[in-house]
Amino acid sequence: MRITCPICGARDRREFTVKGAALALERPARDAGDVAWDDYLHNRDNPAGRSAELWYHETGCAAWIVVVRDTVTHEVFETRLADGDTEAGS
Amino acid sequence: MRFSGLRVLKEGLTGNKGWSPHWRDADPKPEYDVVVIGGGGHGLATAYYLAREHGITDVAVLEKGYLGGGNIGRNTTIVRANYFLPGNSEFYSHSLKLWEGLEEELNYNVMHSQRGLINLFHNDGQRDAIVRRGNAMVNQGDDAILLDRAALRRKVPYLDFDNARFPVQGGLFHPRGGTARHDAVAWGFARGASDRGVDLVQNCEVTGIDVDRGRVTGVQTTRGAIRARKVAVVVAGRSSQVATMAGMRLPIESHVLQAFVTEGLKPCIDHVVTFGMGHFYISQSDKGGLVFGGDLDFYPSYASRGNLPTAEHVMEAGMTLMPMIGKARLLRSWGGIMDMTPDGSPIIDRSGIEGLYLNCGWCYGGFKAVPGSGHCMAHLVATDRPHDAAARFRLDRFRTGRGLMDEEGTGSQHSLH
Repeated sequence: MRITCPICGARDRREFTVKGAALALERPARDAGDVAWDDYLHNRDNPAGRSAELWYHETGCAAWIVVVRDTVTHEVFETRLADGDTEAGS
Repeated sequence: MRFSGLRVLKEGLTGNKGWSPHWRDADPKPEYDVVVIGGGGHGLATAYYLAREHGITDVAVLEKGYLGGGNIGRNTTIVRANYFLPGNSEFYSHSLKLWEGLEEELNYNVMHSQRGLINLFHNDGQRDAIVRRGNAMVNQGDDAILLDRAALRRKVPYLDFDNARFPVQGGLFHPRGGTARHDAVAWGFARGASDRGVDLVQNCEVTGIDVDRGRVTGVQTTRGAIRARKVAVVVAGRSSQVATMAGMRLPIESHVLQAFVTEGLKPCIDHVVTFGMGHFYISQSDKGGLVFGGDLDFYPSYASRGNLPTAEHVMEAGMTLMPMIGKARLLRSWGGIMDMTPDGSPIIDRSGIEGLYLNCGWCYGGFKAVPGSGHCMAHLVATDRPHDAAARFRLDRFRTGRGLMDEEGTGSQHSLH
């Protein structure tokens, strides 16, 4: 699998690590309650098919990237930088 | 049809013409007391113990493909009870005891071989951790023996003991650990369930779960609607998809775990050897193939096949630990889809919908759990109360934070296991 980093271009999957569903960009408020936090931390749509995930270009430019790809065929449809004003990298 | 040595001899001398199919390939009826979704090891064991322990025989097992065609046919066949944390410890102990009586109980040769399992350690810190684990196993009533370097060398002389990065200092020996013939476990439970009246329905994919006012009423399938008082979801690998049919989101991410087998060799590896630091473990099958595996591919996947970086890593780890296997030729590799939970431990629980029960989240440890999982799941479905041995496998532990079972001690988040 090759992933196109918006900064570095197409790179081998080995340069990246995955954080999981791009849900990590939707951090709930501190006082949102246990159900919201449980959903954010643990529960997943976990689709067999098109999925948006958060990847980290660990041995490249260290960018956090939203990768839209297919979890069955591993085809990558789209990559974009994770929004700069989120806590994705924390 | 009963199996015995005499019968095998007689059939062997008369052209093997007297054998009959081991189970009935049933067509679905319109209604059952219990529908078990998933005809893998855990689903078949659940159906078997429902019939055997609880007298509930109006049961259908619905399998979308063929019986035993999922992870029960795609694993590395290891059976052990060497867990540390309360919850896992008593459960896997319970399961191992069921394994030890399984062949007699099922009258089926599952080739359970208690050849012993060895976990290696490489430094003082790991030795301390492994001593602690061994004590927990002994306290649970299972067996664990600490091997120093000399004792380990007598058992497994072929390791690279003086490896520069991971010198082997000793190991924890679990004599009752070992392997079993994976397919035979599915077939044995299938036969035992079928003999007691359970309908095993193949090529029957569940497409919907019917819920009426908070209570399950049946399932929709590719072979028609089936009503049921109770529905057990036992589909590890596809749990999220089936749970979605009941409007649930589970704390599960699906990952691929690879395994490999070499050409058949003369007997050379007598135990199960695990090299945790290299994410590598190995045993030798009865046909002679070296069966080994490593860690996850580390990104969500339903591909049932692995990626090359992980395959390379596993080969490198194998060569690091036991250079003698370097000339063995690899025959096959394959991947199974793992239900990964945030804390790395499974779920056997009610679902919040009355009459709908969940058995999922087996991570990379489902095979050894098969008898225990089926036994505890049947208890839950039959009595509506968890079995003591699986009482901690609760779905709500992630929301409440109480009773998390993070065996690796890495944290209870998806990306950490």
